[in-house]
Amino acid sequence: MAMPAAEIEALIKAALPDAIVEIRDLAGDGDHYQALVTSAAFAGKNRVQQHKLVYEALGGRMGGELHALQLTTAVPN
Amino acid sequence: MSDANERISQIVNANDVVLFMKGTPLFPQCGFSSRAVAILEHCGADFESVDVLQDMEVRQGIKAFSDWPTIPQLYVKGEFVGGSDIMMEMYEAGELQQLLAEKVGTAN
Repeated sequence: MAMPAAEIEALIKAALPDAIVEIRDLAGDGDHYQALVTSAAFAGKNRVQQHKLVYEALGGRMGGELHALQLTTAVPN
Repeated sequence: MSDANERISQIVNANDVVLFMKGTPLFPQCGFSSRAVAILEHCGADFESVDVLQDMEVRQGIKAFSDWPTIPQLYVKGEFVGGSDIMMEMYEAGELQQLLAEKVGTAN
């Protein structure tokens, strides 16, 4: 069920090319991550819509293959 | 609408604040659900909880209902607010307390 951080980052960047993605492997098991995603695509969207963009980028893996991703989204300054 | 959708719709409309979670507020079965409960308790909110582990139909249905892939999920006055990450962000910004106070009037 584990998923490498590089793969998560690649999927997010494929959908949101300008995204700055910072990922931490919280438990060191390739299964519990924390991600901060910064992208101009989030501008004007509420938090739910922002998170949905990231979940869409992950193409259905969230909640399945990828169990735990603590997600924070931000718009670049 | 499927049966699951109809049931979920009834639950979120019948309760001002409802948290779909894994386990119960006293015995959460997942770190994210535990965090969501703690946040609501800090807000002083009265809330209903639904243990999705006891109900496979709701467990699957809730993801389609809100087009949101994970649990926990918080609803206030029938509206999807977010999962535990969004709850935490809103709590830290004081927005969740404000939302609860405005919509339900139970927050501290």
